Amino acid sequence: MKALRKYLDKIKPNFEEGGKLHWLYSTYDAFETFLFVPNTTSKSGVHIHDARDSKRTMIVVILALVPALLVGMYNVGLQHYLAIGQDVAFLTKFFYGLLAVLPQIVVSYVVGLGIEFAIAQVKKEEVAEGFLVSGILIPMIVPVDTPLWMIAVATAFAVIFAKEVFGGTGYNIFNVALITRAFLFFSYPSKMSGEQVWVRTADTFGMGKGAVIDGYSGATPLGQIATTEAGGFSDFAFHGITGQPLSLSDMFFGFIPGSIGEVSTLAILLGAVILIATGVGSWKTMLSVFIGGLVAVLLVNSFAQNAIMEMPVYYHFLLGGFAFGAVFMATDPVTSARTEKGKWIYGFLIGLVAVAIRVFNPGYPEGMMLAILFMNAFAPLIDFYVIDANIKHRAKRAAVTK
Amino acid sequence: MANRIKIKKGLRIPLLGEAEETLRGRVTSEYVRICPEDFHGVIPKLAVKVDDAVKAGMPLFFDKNYPEMLFASPVSGVVTNIERGEKRRILYVEVKADSTIQYEDFGKKPVASLSAEEIKKSILNAGLWFLVKQRPYDVVAAPTKEPRDIFVTGFDTAPLAPATDFILNGSEADLQAGFDALAKLTTGKVYLSISPKIIHKGLRDAKNVVITEFDGPHPAGNVGVQINHIKPVNRGETIWTLNASDVAIIGRLFNQGIVDLTRTVALTGSEVKQTGYYQMVIGTQLNSIFKGNVTEGISLRYISGNPLTGRKIDADGVLRAYDNQVTVIPEGDDVHEAFGWASLSPKRYSAGCTYPTYNKKYRLDARLLGGPRAIIVSNEYDKVFPMDIFPEQLIKSIIAFNIDKMEQLGIYEVAPEDFALCEFVDTSKLELQRIVRTGLDLLRKEME
Repeated sequence: MKALRKYLDKIKPNFEEGGKLHWLYSTYDAFETFLFVPNTTSKSGVHIHDARDSKRTMIVVILALVPALLVGMYNVGLQHYLAIGQDVAFLTKFFYGLLAVLPQIVVSYVVGLGIEFAIAQVKKEEVAEGFLVSGILIPMIVPVDTPLWMIAVATAFAVIFAKEVFGGTGYNIFNVALITRAFLFFSYPSKMSGEQVWVRTADTFGMGKGAVIDGYSGATPLGQIATTEAGGFSDFAFHGITGQPLSLSDMFFGFIPGSIGEVSTLAILLGAVILIATGVGSWKTMLSVFIGGLVAVLLVNSFAQNAIMEMPVYYHFLLGGFAFGAVFMATDPVTSARTEKGKWIYGFLIGLVAVAIRVFNPGYPEGMMLAILFMNAFAPLIDFYVIDANIKHRAKRAAVTK
Repeated sequence: MANRIKIKKGLRIPLLGEAEETLRGRVTSEYVRICPEDFHGVIPKLAVKVDDAVKAGMPLFFDKNYPEMLFASPVSGVVTNIERGEKRRILYVEVKADSTIQYEDFGKKPVASLSAEEIKKSILNAGLWFLVKQRPYDVVAAPTKEPRDIFVTGFDTAPLAPATDFILNGSEADLQAGFDALAKLTTGKVYLSISPKIIHKGLRDAKNVVITEFDGPHPAGNVGVQINHIKPVNRGETIWTLNASDVAIIGRLFNQGIVDLTRTVALTGSEVKQTGYYQMVIGTQLNSIFKGNVTEGISLRYISGNPLTGRKIDADGVLRAYDNQVTVIPEGDDVHEAFGWASLSPKRYSAGCTYPTYNKKYRLDARLLGGPRAIIVSNEYDKVFPMDIFPEQLIKSIIAFNIDKMEQLGIYEVAPEDFALCEFVDTSKLELQRIVRTGLDLLRKEME
């Protein structure tokens, strides 16, 4: 480490004011602060500071995402080898998934961070860490077969138009990863929904070659129930891609077709535990999303007319992006309500709207993305009313004493 | 039995270097320096020239807006230097101190027999008015304004703060005289806040005041928090605030007829070899208590005051006007810590849970430990801000300088020190106290 420090000190003058590479200062600074804690000391105000900084916060979120990412990768392999009817070892499945997902992660990071670095450079600011999380979220919420160029275009669009035009990390109104997904969803609907996109049937870099078996169907469980002809939930059964029945435990552990991040409820819960224990994610938001969902489902169940309206609440929580959205998307502090009371309302309405979209919109069985984006827009309004109560109460106090 | 208010939000930062409760003697220095920047809101006009002889209690300068507001010399001697900085701003007035202090005689006056006007005049004349501060704006109180109430905080919860019981030892009579004087200055009440741990008779059994007990972590000892819980400041109202140790100095003026700006000062901090308490007047140079008593070989930060709100001083700096504490911590600019974001080092302290917590005391340095960012994490300030105010939204309204919003959100109730803990825990490493200070100053300019 000492040699590295010496090297950094040696090249630093090139990047400082007057140096040849001064136009790359933000980039240099990003790498230096990644390697070493900056030794700038306080000039005004408090003389001591908490050890937690923006980097630490983002790293914790990434850590919380890792279980879901790993299980998701394994599931990509599992579904693939099921589809081509081959029985292979655990590690082979995982490795196949890793190879399939890694290029997407690389593309999302290279494009997103590239734009962030360039803009920080132009604004002569430090590079903010926000995209470290968005960059890993994006591959986790898109279908595994999304072409890389689409991810690149959508990421660029989201980073520029959903974040940087508003002023960068901390100022955006909508969740960047969800805007990426929404962009893909509305631009390339055929690649984002339906039966063909959730399971990778082709080989990855020559690995896992094979023909798809007869009777294969790649529909997600939510897709199945949204399009079913069954009259009620009791006449309906979820099935896997080879037609095998799906149990609740398959849904809980994540052995179903779906986006990489959303399939394993267990891994998401593990992430939730990390976020709550470290205080990085708000348990109030998470809990209230589930409460909102519960209330909505119970309401819909009470006057159910078809299978999806009859579907019990635990299926809603286990399937699709409900849990993933509640834990990792709704809790994004920048786009969420910022007051504590506001978080209860914000989360509750996300759960409510998500279920409403799922149940009443058969063309689009996944409601979480739109519900969160919708509530992102309303978060400032919710905060406005929470804060207004405080303002009124202060004004009243002043009026009484006069 | 005093009314008790429990403060739940806040933070006790476990720092190394608490002062040992031993009085290590009196410190004097050849030169004494008074820095006008300590007296916020005051525009100093000199009352002396270089080579003038002064006695303790005679004015060194006065306020341009209130010429009756004098600022006393803490020692007798000869004015040797008036140091000016940019735009001829006075940095300090230096007095070469006599070996024994000659006091200007103001005459002993029993407080009970004085009118409010006489008391105010005595304090102004004696150059002690700066001890009275006001809300809104957290500046030296405007003597012409009528305060709704006066609030005195009788304990200090800041990190490494001196024990109030100890520093006020023996000043029971002065305290009571001070409270009696303050009680005459307002048509409202004098509120004294103490912690459950305070046993000092001059505080616990003080007469002529309304005593409230505050139980909880820092910032429970901040007068702003106490006001917010007892009787918040509304738009158009003015209240005055003091520390108990400053009340004793005012009481001393009436009891003894002299200006004695002696404070009992705690020498604290992780880099101090032998901590303890020293008696000294304000403006005393501190190099004699630092010499040979601090860690050698690393760069150090000397602070007059506590690590949250204190002022950075040099190794030969002086005790600032309002401080009962001097702190020495590592500067940290010579430290290069690798991969801080991944660190599990027990040396790193965080109020949140992103680091493992150890039940120990920490040696923290002056590094920011991160780069400045936009406000990202929510509910971070609220956790250490026990007032009925939304701190984050107030900060944002100050940055935007939206006067209506600032008023609505409670700007008149706060002082920069109330945001010190927010600034400490802030993930975005923003200079919140400076933001609040600037906002208050601009607002005062607009409103007055």
